[in-house]
Amino acid sequence: MTDTVLSIEDLSVTFDLHQSEVHAVRELNFSLQAGETMAVVGESGSGKSQAFLSIMGLLAKNGRASGRAMLGDLNLVGMDKNRLDQVRGKDIAMIFQDPMTSLNPSLRLKTQLSEVLVKHQGFDKGKAIRHAVEMLERVGIPEPGKRANAYPHELSGGMRQRVMIAMALLCQPKILIADEPTTALDVTVQAQMLDLFKTLTEDFGTALVLITHDLGVVAGVADRMMVMYGGRCVEKGRTDELFYDPRHPYTLGLLHSTPHIAHRAARLDPIQGLPPSLEHLPKGCSFHPRCAFCFDRCLEERPPLAPVEGGREKACFYEGPMTYEAVA
Amino acid sequence: MISYALRRVLSAIPIALIAVTVCFFILRLAPGGPFDGERALPPNVMANLRAYYNLDQSLPMQYLIYVWRLLHGDLGPSMVIDGFRVSDLIRIGFPFTLTMAMSAFVVATAIGIVAGMIAAVNQNKWPDYVLVLVVMIGVVVPNFLSAALLQLVFGVYLKWLPAGGWVNGSLTHLVLPVTVLAWPHAARISRLMRGSMIEVLGTNYVRTARSKGLGERLVLARHAIKPALIPVVSYLGPGLSYLLTGSLVVEQVFGLPGIGKYFITAALNRDYGIVLGTTILYMFIILALNLLVDMLYAWLDPKVRYR
Repeated sequence: MTDTVLSIEDLSVTFDLHQSEVHAVRELNFSLQAGETMAVVGESGSGKSQAFLSIMGLLAKNGRASGRAMLGDLNLVGMDKNRLDQVRGKDIAMIFQDPMTSLNPSLRLKTQLSEVLVKHQGFDKGKAIRHAVEMLERVGIPEPGKRANAYPHELSGGMRQRVMIAMALLCQPKILIADEPTTALDVTVQAQMLDLFKTLTEDFGTALVLITHDLGVVAGVADRMMVMYGGRCVEKGRTDELFYDPRHPYTLGLLHSTPHIAHRAARLDPIQGLPPSLEHLPKGCSFHPRCAFCFDRCLEERPPLAPVEGGREKACFYEGPMTYEAVA
Repeated sequence: MISYALRRVLSAIPIALIAVTVCFFILRLAPGGPFDGERALPPNVMANLRAYYNLDQSLPMQYLIYVWRLLHGDLGPSMVIDGFRVSDLIRIGFPFTLTMAMSAFVVATAIGIVAGMIAAVNQNKWPDYVLVLVVMIGVVVPNFLSAALLQLVFGVYLKWLPAGGWVNGSLTHLVLPVTVLAWPHAARISRLMRGSMIEVLGTNYVRTARSKGLGERLVLARHAIKPALIPVVSYLGPGLSYLLTGSLVVEQVFGLPGIGKYFITAALNRDYGIVLGTTILYMFIILALNLLVDMLYAWLDPKVRYR
């Protein structure tokens, strides 16, 4: 488990607007080990999706990425599109949030699945379709041979997300990025889907990046997690450590805004205030206006991401005890 | 797919009947008749003529007679030119009109689709701006004006092409009229194609296709063109009817031997037979083409087949 498959160094993503620019992601650093599952957690607008879209070369036209994303010896950031097309879909694949719109409505499933194998493995069409059908079976689609001839609108949302998973895993990629893969699905289907992710990525030795805002999802499957706020990583470490002993007030806030079956709280405690606008991030620590532990230093100076004991990192000046009571 | 096709064909029958009825009665609402000249005809001649063409019967009766003959494939006689029937007109003029309109249609549709795609892929760059300019001219300038301008420039000043007239089998005589006909059609098609292509290129499924590393060319060819064509195809039916009716004017301006010449003369003379026959002929063509478009539509958008 020490093989690094993806190493992100100083990744920043900027969008040009008419008069200004917005920094969606700033100086992100992390590495992904072979076969592990890493969760990336944060509110809407924290930059979690854009960071990974930039690695896949899928930013909107006005977006630019800088820094490095090393997949082996290859730097994916700013890579020529033709070169990138030999990597994405093969070594690094992505699944998107909305399965209802992520499949092409005018093409049969077998076409959409088999083309990946034709492109990356050089299979002929017949062989590619046979493999695609096998993969549909593995992701739990009943009557895969028949379903392969169907169009996306003939399938339910859960089934379509299974097809997306099958499509992403066809070439047994080293890395699978799943951007909120369960958000658009029924709660009952969510659990099945997470099981499926777990089994398949283990079978294929694929490292999984799970982008989500649902901590319930993270707890079940992720080995490590990274918490993002205002385009920056504010805390990262092993999932269990962050859950039982959060060191950043934002992580603490996220945990407390999640319902828990053991604590029969009368009401949930959301984090006060709204996520910041990326165009006008507060001075100092971006989180300080919403932070219960904020002191004068936080208003002026931005805390760097620094190591804490046990290989963890956090970006916060506060060193005292942090309890839920103190927040309330 | 077959049951869908059958349903479409069956639903075209009442539409055709309604169209025939409306055409028949609207034409009779217009003042004047085929035998009103500057000099009134003697009453007995008039009575004979009216009886010959069934004009002495009540209007509903005339309608029934007309529909009965139509069902037997008879589009009726001309009421002004003796012994001339609508079927003669079709035999003489229609092959030419159809050739011209169809070549304009094919050329314009192909150019429009390709130009729209190029503009969409180069959105807000110079190819896009050039296209917008050419399109605006095509949409704004009416065909009788563009016809006259092109005749003047290419026919009279530059003398590259004949300004009008017709020599059998001569393609050069077709260039200007087909251009005049095709331009607005190509302009509308390219505008639709540009818009829908831009929309499709921003969809999640195109992003999925890109994430698979297919390469931009395959993404466009396989994933973007088919869904982007849907609004274009739905315009093809009405677009062709614009072309066919536009060809009437263009034939007149360029002095070409199609149906247009007869149709315009007939309309001025209140020649019920010719006007109605031609209108109904066009109606059938447009209906048939719309059926064809519906089939294309079902192929492009699989969801349509179930409605």
